[in-house]
Amino acid sequence: MTMSAANTVPKPLISLQQVTMQFGAQRVLHALDVEVQRGQTLGVIGESGCGKTVLLKLIIGLLRPTVGRVIFDGKQLDNLAERELTQQRLRFGFLFQGAALFDSLSVYDNVAFGLRAQGSKPEPEIGEIVRQRLQEVGLPVGVLAKKPAELSGGMKKRVGLARALALDPEVMLYDEPTTGLDPIMTDVINELILQTRRQRPVTSIIVTHEMKTINKVADRVVMLYPLSRLQPGEPQILFDGTPDQLHASADTRVRQFIEGEARDRLQELAAKSDQS
Amino acid sequence: MATVSSAPLGLWRLGRRKITDAILDLGELSLFASRILTGMRRRSSYNTLLPISFSVGVSSIPVVTITGMFIGMVLAVQAYSEFYSLGLATRLGQIINISVVRELGPVLAAVMLAGRVGSAMAAELATMRITEQIDALACLGTNPIHYLGTPRFLACVLLIPLLTIMANFMGVLGGAMICIDVYHVESHHYWENVRGYIGMWDLMTGLIKPIFFGAAIAVICCHRGFYSDAGAEGVGRAATRAFVLSFIAVLVLDFFLAMFLNNLYDYLWPHTRGLF
Repeated sequence: MTMSAANTVPKPLISLQQVTMQFGAQRVLHALDVEVQRGQTLGVIGESGCGKTVLLKLIIGLLRPTVGRVIFDGKQLDNLAERELTQQRLRFGFLFQGAALFDSLSVYDNVAFGLRAQGSKPEPEIGEIVRQRLQEVGLPVGVLAKKPAELSGGMKKRVGLARALALDPEVMLYDEPTTGLDPIMTDVINELILQTRRQRPVTSIIVTHEMKTINKVADRVVMLYPLSRLQPGEPQILFDGTPDQLHASADTRVRQFIEGEARDRLQELAAKSDQS
Repeated sequence: MATVSSAPLGLWRLGRRKITDAILDLGELSLFASRILTGMRRRSSYNTLLPISFSVGVSSIPVVTITGMFIGMVLAVQAYSEFYSLGLATRLGQIINISVVRELGPVLAAVMLAGRVGSAMAAELATMRITEQIDALACLGTNPIHYLGTPRFLACVLLIPLLTIMANFMGVLGGAMICIDVYHVESHHYWENVRGYIGMWDLMTGLIKPIFFGAAIAVICCHRGFYSDAGAEGVGRAATRAFVLSFIAVLVLDFFLAMFLNNLYDYLWPHTRGLF
């Protein structure tokens, strides 16, 4: 009975085990355990500076944890050689906070970049994929020759999404995909995330402050809290559950975050600055 | 009392930390240089070589031309009265041209490269770092050091000898112009003395040194850019430090290369030095 139960539990696609991340003297993540199942859309929320982006960069192997292990599809990423890590990274798509488009390249070259780097497809096929991806994110063919500096914030995000999707990733990582966008464009990006999930069997991790994005696209939510504000011995993950359960959380810090209320934070910040 | 006794200890600790940091920095720089060199085996590292070569080489020609010419002219102005008073005005070309060909031309071209190209390179890469473009390259299956560092290294190493030839030519021309056209030094003897004094060894050593200068400038400037601090201040600091460190590296390398090449000359052709 126990054996069969163990067999039915699917192995997580991504697993962070006791991950601690430190930059010099500053510790950002401490003894973090997170698992993401294949096909799941995980929303990661939390205050600025709590280590959400660092978490994404650990998952894709751009950072190596100070302590702990990052496992992707059974492989320990932080132990892989550079070449193998590069191969694993190609299974991810990453939409950066500022889109991170290459300034010197046109929209076409940006979206085609990963495909060309792979070197497995002829140029006409690459051109076809680029046009298809741009169409998927609702951009006209007219933008192909434009440089990133000529695009609006929302267009940049969509080009970034098209570039990330060009390699047909198994996992999509979104780093604050709607930050700095107007409400309409925010919803457009949310719809594109949903559309991406509908069109391909993709596992997604979305780091965001936008509760609307979480409610609309996430299956599961994890809330991180800054280490400096935790009580001694308290875990860094304050909440792990579905978006519906968020509002029922007994933790006032979780409710305070999702309701976007400062309450006594202003006094707390003032007291902290007085101390320093 | 305690402060008096602890002051030397504090200084010792500070000094030890600075030395340790310097050794660590040098190790990191060497590792970075080795990664740039391994990129030379990858075909993708050569994709951007042409536009970078244009910016490193062709765009530097005007500034190298002007500075080279004026340095030759200044040398002529400074040395003329001394040589004239000794009745050696026709030998002015020897001292001007040997100074230009062996020292001033290579160092001038290197300083111009560090100032015009190196700091811009550091600022560009630092901007790419803070806008996450370098992370985006890694996510798209490209090694950022190979893609960004190797072509810049190759452009600097391959083109600095050509810039040095240009600086040398203009320096020789500038010196001759002042001596012959302004101070009316007899041109036949001026050029004959130069031809008899400056040999292939002088020309070659003047072209070997810049290769080392170019390599040092490229490695230092790319490294500064790649590991820049965040924000506009970080980019500015990266550009400034790139230039300062490159300039120091050029002067230090120049000293050791001059020592080595002079000793090598004395070993190969003993007792053959002399102005007359």
